[in-house]
Amino acid sequence: MDRPKTMDQKSVSGGFVRRTADGAGQHAAVEMIGVHKWFGDFHVLRDINLRVARGERIVICGPSGSGKSTMIRCINALEEHQRGTILVDGVQLTADLRRIDRVRREVGMVFQHFNLFPHLTVMENLTLAPIWVRQTPKAQAEEMAMHFLRRVKIPEQAQKYPGQLSGGQQQRVAIARALCMNPKLMLFDEPTSALDPEMVKEVLDTMVQLAEDGMTMLVVTHEMGFARQVADRVVFMDEGQIVEINTPAEFFAYPQHERTRLFLGQILH
Amino acid sequence: MSVAADQQASYVRQTPVPAMPPPAHQTGVLGWLRANVFSSVLNFGLSMIAIGLILLIVPPLLDFLIFDATWSGNDREACLASAERPVAGACWPFIRERLSYFIYGFYPLPQRWRVDVFFALLAVGIVWLLAPRARARTWGALYFFVMMPLLSYILLVGWPRYGLPYVDTALWGGMLVTVVVSAIGIVFSLPIGVVLALGRRSRMPVVKFFSVVFIEFVRGVPLITVLFMASVMLPLFVPEQWSPDKLLRALIGVAMFASAYMAEVVRAGLQAIPRGQYEGAMAVGLSYRQMMALVILPQALRTTIPNIVNSYIALFKDTTLVFIVGIFDFLRTIETARVDPKWATPVTSTTGYVFAAMVYFFFCYLMSRYAFDMEKRLATDYRRRRGK
Repeated sequence: MDRPKTMDQKSVSGGFVRRTADGAGQHAAVEMIGVHKWFGDFHVLRDINLRVARGERIVICGPSGSGKSTMIRCINALEEHQRGTILVDGVQLTADLRRIDRVRREVGMVFQHFNLFPHLTVMENLTLAPIWVRQTPKAQAEEMAMHFLRRVKIPEQAQKYPGQLSGGQQQRVAIARALCMNPKLMLFDEPTSALDPEMVKEVLDTMVQLAEDGMTMLVVTHEMGFARQVADRVVFMDEGQIVEINTPAEFFAYPQHERTRLFLGQILH
Repeated sequence: MSVAADQQASYVRQTPVPAMPPPAHQTGVLGWLRANVFSSVLNFGLSMIAIGLILLIVPPLLDFLIFDATWSGNDREACLASAERPVAGACWPFIRERLSYFIYGFYPLPQRWRVDVFFALLAVGIVWLLAPRARARTWGALYFFVMMPLLSYILLVGWPRYGLPYVDTALWGGMLVTVVVSAIGIVFSLPIGVVLALGRRSRMPVVKFFSVVFIEFVRGVPLITVLFMASVMLPLFVPEQWSPDKLLRALIGVAMFASAYMAEVVRAGLQAIPRGQYEGAMAVGLSYRQMMALVILPQALRTTIPNIVNSYIALFKDTTLVFIVGIFDFLRTIETARVDPKWATPVTSTTGYVFAAMVYFFFCYLMSRYAFDMEKRLATDYRRRRGK
């Protein structure tokens, strides 16, 4: 199950993504088999089966309350699932806290409300986890942080506090913060839903760029333009179930399931 | 649509309007009085009552403290009213003569420099920790919570092998005891309070149970009861030679009491931290301890600084209760000095109490100002809540 950890710092000079030579295609990036989850009596996730290959970009959409967020939050164990199996890069999620921490290190997450640490500067936000979790030397962590801040096009904001930035800038900082841990996989939980309309584009552009660099991404979003442009597959969820999975072209042109047609009819006008 | 509305809709300003000064009745002394003192009938009445109260209280107080007060003399004769001085005010020579007793208690005269050094150590620690622009605050915290208590212990109690004679705590008194008891309460209550607050929110049932029981039990009894327990009950359970020092027992009681209250203050701070902060910290892979130490507690403690200082103020005043178990704190030394026949006059007691009030007020007001400034600084600080 456990793969040897390879610390590869070459990505600092390269693009967004760490490309390791080893083990390509060994495991799926994420594998969910028969996953169920309940909040109290409420059955939020019902028999979820999803296999995400490395480098694949998945967009998850569906009406609110359909369990999209809960599903991707299960992947880094922010939510606990009660039945079924979740494998992240071949590591099975169990109640073992150390194993959960190990998975979280390899999975980056971007939240709707950014969740930056307001008492730390942008630079400190970015270097906190590399320094404390990866034991990266401070100078190296800062170099890497600057690299990713340049990639998200806000290197000049490094010494500011999150509260001094616009929503779009904060979300880009949040993306950079996740990337500083060199994740193998990125989860996006409605990353543009809390943004003012004029800031949505700058965040989406960053995500498109990330996708072009080959990052494995699971994105919960209502941005159908983004889905068309970058998704390899679109997952449609309703009432805690995956109703339909298809390529974007097929999904938008020929939705198979009645509920998908209803949903698309409502949002595409 | 009406004609007026049509005109409004097509209105276009042709020339810019220059900025003008506000009307005269809104500025200056008159404007201020109008806005703040006489703005309504109710406000007018309240202002009048307040002015009346000030006139009633302040002049006699000033007479007693300054204009009728005795400023020099060597015994009671100086402070007595006489034919040429019908009204005698505060007897300040009494305070001056007994001041060293109020500060050091019975601490041996040649060793009193040790107390002065202790005060200096404490002052350094406080400034280091609390000054807004202080550097290396981590070291400051280490100094304040670890090094200073150790140094102070050696300094005050003594280390005969290295030339510091042993001073029994029964000889300690006055401001020294008040400061020691408060400082111990302050130094220990915060870390213990943080641990208890985290324990109370813990998912481990046993830890949670003990934290809740400790907090609720200690908070549910008066401080006097805790002190009586510590000084009367504790010796019953442990053998004579193991029985700790009287002052130490009171210190433990005060520290326990303060910790329970601090735990609740910290818990309130923890509750103000949004869930997203925990999730953000977990998502980047921080462990529970790292998350608490690096992300949650720094924010929680920062927002609760005013409340923390508030409980320190309460603690500082509560230390006067240790006199009940026979410890000579600052107030107790004044109590004993005021009945000294050498200074027996009608104004001696009043003078002593006024002095005590002024000293307590000075320290509490200082803490209160600090908390107030801190609150203002936090409000205008980077924390504009947008970052969540």
